[in-house]
Amino acid sequence: MSENGYSADEMMAVEASRRLTNDSVCFVGIGLPSLAANLARRTHAPGCVLIYESGTIGANPEHLPLSIGDGELAETADAVVSVPEMFSYWLQGGRIGVGFLGAAQIDRRGNLNSTVIGDYARPTVRLPGAGGAPEIATSVENVFVMLRHSKRAFVPELDFTTSVGDNVRVVATDLGLLEPRDGELTLTAVHRGVEAEDVVGATAWELRVADDLRETTAPTHDELDALRALESRGGSTWQ
Amino acid sequence: MTVREAVAELVHDGDVVALEGFTHLIPHAAGHELIRQGRRDLTLVRMTPDVIYDQLIGMGCARKLVFSWGGNPGIGSLHRFRDAVENEWPQPLELEEHSHAGMAAAYAAGAANLPFGVLRGYRGGDLPARTRVATIACPFTGEELAAVRAHRPDVGIVHAQRADRHGNVQLWGILGVQKEVVLASARSIVTVEEIVEDLEPRPGAIVLPAWVVDAVALAPGGAHPSYAHGYYERDNDFYVAWDGISRDRDRFRSWMQRHVLEAAATAA
Repeated sequence: MSENGYSADEMMAVEASRRLTNDSVCFVGIGLPSLAANLARRTHAPGCVLIYESGTIGANPEHLPLSIGDGELAETADAVVSVPEMFSYWLQGGRIGVGFLGAAQIDRRGNLNSTVIGDYARPTVRLPGAGGAPEIATSVENVFVMLRHSKRAFVPELDFTTSVGDNVRVVATDLGLLEPRDGELTLTAVHRGVEAEDVVGATAWELRVADDLRETTAPTHDELDALRALESRGGSTWQ
Repeated sequence: MTVREAVAELVHDGDVVALEGFTHLIPHAAGHELIRQGRRDLTLVRMTPDVIYDQLIGMGCARKLVFSWGGNPGIGSLHRFRDAVENEWPQPLELEEHSHAGMAAAYAAGAANLPFGVLRGYRGGDLPARTRVATIACPFTGEELAAVRAHRPDVGIVHAQRADRHGNVQLWGILGVQKEVVLASARSIVTVEEIVEDLEPRPGAIVLPAWVVDAVALAPGGAHPSYAHGYYERDNDFYVAWDGISRDRDRFRSWMQRHVLEAAATAA
């Protein structure tokens, strides 16, 4: 919690949620993306459709789920489909416009690594792997990435490219927003209390700063109330 | 048939075995029976290896893992899986990794008795060079598509809510790839929460007819710590606790000794 009365992670979730609109159809991952998407539904975008890869379409959970397949997602969904149907008819079918992705590493083109740190055959850290990411990254028009800012995460060269960055529209971090400008992720906004040089210093490539750099809008009372209500009813969120 | 009998009869050392259940209905009781019976050199297939695969890998049952996402959902790493890949403990683990879409297409192709599945996937990135995927051209439009070899496991194992006395199996809620893995596999085992006289129709439920299932075994609570929709909820506290239990090799082994090796098979 900062002197602002909200944490950097909360700011990140709020700013990501603002990217969803009332007619968004959104493929949601667990953790921060799930928090951001559920926050959007409870604030400015009640009509936003949440789709979890477990096969739940139009999920409306009261509690934040710990996994992508918690029972409440199925109970509150408009439809529950099998996993092959989810990936073929719905994602590949082009019916989902927004996808949230996280990763361990990102490069300046928005390519993501969630597979290994180090050499593939003898990794220093074996990460969970691709999951839905490669096809989400190429099937939805708008990929939103959520990632905490650090030099370990924002790297010049990925150890492994799990998914490609062509459709990444925004990267929401705990420091600000990066958006592609001329094919390279560029700092376009900072959160209140953050200087551009802080973000440049937390990025391991020479981060470009937009000429029209702006400050994001601090969370409103409504956003914070809704966010904290979700968190208090959730399992583990900050993973 | 009991879980013990089903595993003894249908699963052999060296088999390709797929235990499925997408967060829901994960066949833990059957997985524990594989460990108790000391199966070795298995090729384990599963979209989302989680706690039960962490246990199988840590107990030395697996030679190879075919998967698309290996983690403890919402918590973090699978420590036994990581130890096997990073340090070859307790033995080396060969990997064949896919995306979810690729795994799903491979299961669907296997169920359909096709040699491969086709999808618009695996585009760009480093995954195609590290896995079994090929590029094919659509014969009608020329579009380049990805082909994945069909999954045809020796044994498919799933958990379901219930079966009737004839062995027809009914399941509902999140269905994952349960139907596909049973139909794609040469042999199949289904563990169930209960066996009933008649299967009452339920919204959203599917039925696997008795004649496509080799063994139905009663295993109440057999999906724990995952869940069985309508019977019990996901034990999220256990998944959190597993992170600590599995971090340390000795603590893992003593936990397995006490809770799996020395425990009686469910409904044996």
